[in-house]
Amino acid sequence: MAEEFFIQGNEACAKGAIAAGCRFFAGYPITPSTEVAETLARELPKVGGSFVQMEDEIASAGAIIGGSWGGAKSMTATSGPGISLMQENIGYAFISETPIVIVDVQRGSPSTAQPTMAAQGDMMQARWGSHGDYEPIALSPSSVQEFFDFTIKAFNLAEEYRCPVFVMADEVIGHMREKIVVDDDIEIVARKRPEMSDDYLPFENIENGTTPMPAFGDGFNIHVTGLTHDERGYPDTNNPETHDKLIQRICDKVLNNKDKICSVKSEGCEDADIVIVSYGAPVRSVVEAVNRSDKKIGYIKIDTPWPFPDEEVAKLTANAKDVLVVEMNLGQMYYEVDRACKRNSNVHLMGVIGGLLPTPDEILEQIDRLGGN
Amino acid sequence: MSEQKQNRFLPYMREDRLPHIFCPGCGNGAIINAFLAAMEKAEMDFDNIAMVSGIGCSSRIPGYLKCDSLHTTHGRALSFATGLKTANKDLDVVVFTGDGDAASIGGNHLIHAARRNINLTVICINNNIYGMTGGQISPTSPKGSFGTTAPYGNQDAPFKLAELVAAAGATYSARWTTVQIENLVLAIKEGLQNPGFSFIEVATQCPTYFGRKNKLKTPTAMAAVMKANTVFKSAADRMRPKELEGKIVVGEFANAQRDEFTQNIDKISVEKFGKKTLINSAYEEEL
Amino acid sequence: MRTEIRICGFGGQGIILAGIILGKSASLFDGKEAVQTQSYGPEARGGASKCEVVISDTSVDYPKVQSPDILVAMSNEALMKYIVDLKDEGTLIVDPTTTDVEDVKEFIDEHNIKVYEAPATKTATDEIGLKIVANIVMVGAITKITEVISKEAAIKAIEASVPKGTEEKNIAAFEAGYALVEK
Repeated sequence: MAEEFFIQGNEACAKGAIAAGCRFFAGYPITPSTEVAETLARELPKVGGSFVQMEDEIASAGAIIGGSWGGAKSMTATSGPGISLMQENIGYAFISETPIVIVDVQRGSPSTAQPTMAAQGDMMQARWGSHGDYEPIALSPSSVQEFFDFTIKAFNLAEEYRCPVFVMADEVIGHMREKIVVDDDIEIVARKRPEMSDDYLPFENIENGTTPMPAFGDGFNIHVTGLTHDERGYPDTNNPETHDKLIQRICDKVLNNKDKICSVKSEGCEDADIVIVSYGAPVRSVVEAVNRSDKKIGYIKIDTPWPFPDEEVAKLTANAKDVLVVEMNLGQMYYEVDRACKRNSNVHLMGVIGGLLPTPDEILEQIDRLGGN
Repeated sequence: MSEQKQNRFLPYMREDRLPHIFCPGCGNGAIINAFLAAMEKAEMDFDNIAMVSGIGCSSRIPGYLKCDSLHTTHGRALSFATGLKTANKDLDVVVFTGDGDAASIGGNHLIHAARRNINLTVICINNNIYGMTGGQISPTSPKGSFGTTAPYGNQDAPFKLAELVAAAGATYSARWTTVQIENLVLAIKEGLQNPGFSFIEVATQCPTYFGRKNKLKTPTAMAAVMKANTVFKSAADRMRPKELEGKIVVGEFANAQRDEFTQNIDKISVEKFGKKTLINSAYEEEL
Repeated sequence: MRTEIRICGFGGQGIILAGIILGKSASLFDGKEAVQTQSYGPEARGGASKCEVVISDTSVDYPKVQSPDILVAMSNEALMKYIVDLKDEGTLIVDPTTTDVEDVKEFIDEHNIKVYEAPATKTATDEIGLKIVANIVMVGAITKITEVISKEAAIKAIEASVPKGTEEKNIAAFEAGYALVEK
């Protein structure tokens, strides 16, 4: 039997985490994500999970990596200032191939800027926030239902590809209440334990990139390090070949599976003069604007900003004269769309900052300025 | 080839990782031996030990020991260890750290881990200098000592780590030196057996950097100075602050019981909801 | 049809819960779509805290209230601040104990606003003996006046939203509010 709830986005995220098997949460209070932590502080003890309020976000990110190697699906939730602090350990999670989920309920930024207002200014923090090369996976929900669904998906992807996964929400979705439907047959990806053998390599250069990982205490006695390491996990920092193989594999395991990871939804793009691209909360304004307009407008909703679904975006915008990117920053995913469209069409930015969700009227005005029929 | 006596602790080492990177005369080798001796004395199951470390010379130790080891980011070992221990409280979690790692970049994590009284055994190898990066002063460098970033002498007062951690709430805190190995072994054993946050500071020599910068060129010279400057806590308690300047006070600074962090988490689950905290739940298809 | 509702008042009057009950009634028990949003931060604690609900027969895409069809005011500061967005011929419901409609008379006349007085605070104190259920009294009045949610749905939503053991008092408060206003 499916159950229905009328709850806040942040509560739905916490509910999704528990449904996905998350049994360890470490975090630090920060608006507008705090309700995720508050809900899990209340709910985790009921299901044999642990909640820890850490001393800061650096420690929160460290703790969930420790928790993951301790054998628990682990998550933290934060907002811009916190995601900045976490970047050091996020990089560690990439190079050590640790499955974790990081929820970012984005607010006005940079710095502490607008704690209670919405923005999408952290998209590049998710992409390039930590130093060095890696390929992140990020999901952006546009409804409370999606915040629930995408949190589950984030855990599944983290386990499947043994890497950090971001849920890039925003204040609008985090704080609003809507109905969600919780099915009783949710698909969960459990972690696979490797078989005990003398030639088990925790960081093996296998074809598809992802080697099963044991938990600490399983008897594998493995070494996990943030230094460049060989397939055994042993530091090998001065060997260019070791580094190249390791980092290439960590990137490739995501890039080579883009067709399985990437997700977009679209409507009316095939014969549209104008295609609007958006993700997260602004999608809702875009859909309403498109429905109200009598012009030939299509829209693309990007579920997975990272890895960027460039092939799908290129295909869906191939016939459009103009492409309009609507996002709550001064141009972040806009450049990805521009690159994907390879200048077949004119790509325009409607970048909205200040904290308010762009209204359908504002989008329609922007469309009028572009012309079209 | 001449026959060498095999070190009795060799079975605990990852032999395929040797030789190690430590300099001749470094205290780390003696401290590894002390740790393994203490572990045997405490009758710990080596296979159940998980080690966590940060960045620095001392943080490389877990990489040479044949147990699960998490070599993390600079200063953050205690936050990783907090997550690891909380996710699986059955593990015996040992943290190796240094003065820069634990007291400078990781200072906040250190006092909070002590405040929580989480059951970790922390061995803090204090050589009063940054070795890995080549001899910069650290938060424990004595006033007036020299480092590459204190070419005219360090002007700042050092932290007293064992005292700091005791004040922050650790249930076991002690300081010994590499010239008092027997006391050190006993302290580590106590720390391993204490069901709470245990902190063992080991004052040690770094002949390569601290020694060279401070006119103590050999490990022997460093050991002699360390020995001469050591004062037992019982004696130090009767000395004036002026007399204690430049001294290394050794002994126990905390040894008392109180509620442990992960037990408290478990207690809430069990008492309020009749649920034990799950272990290794990530591998379960259904929870 | 899309109906936009704004409930405003002092932080602590329970206006957020009132809005949640409207949203819950519509989406879980009336088979409609609903989105609830609210003010956060310092604003949420002052005299002009607000909670907004959009209720629609079809999906609610844009989730925010732009010009409410219905404004419910439980403090004068909030009334003065938020009335300016109210739609022409919109509905204004005020608690006369905590507001003074004379202060916004000009706007009411100019925009043909339908005004209802629902003495929720007084009813809560006098009839239920609990000032804190004024918000639920107001939900009763809103249900009766606007018919934006059904009475049955409202009762189910209240039962599902209030602390265990307080259901009876809250339903009584709702009924008292429902009986307050003649339509």
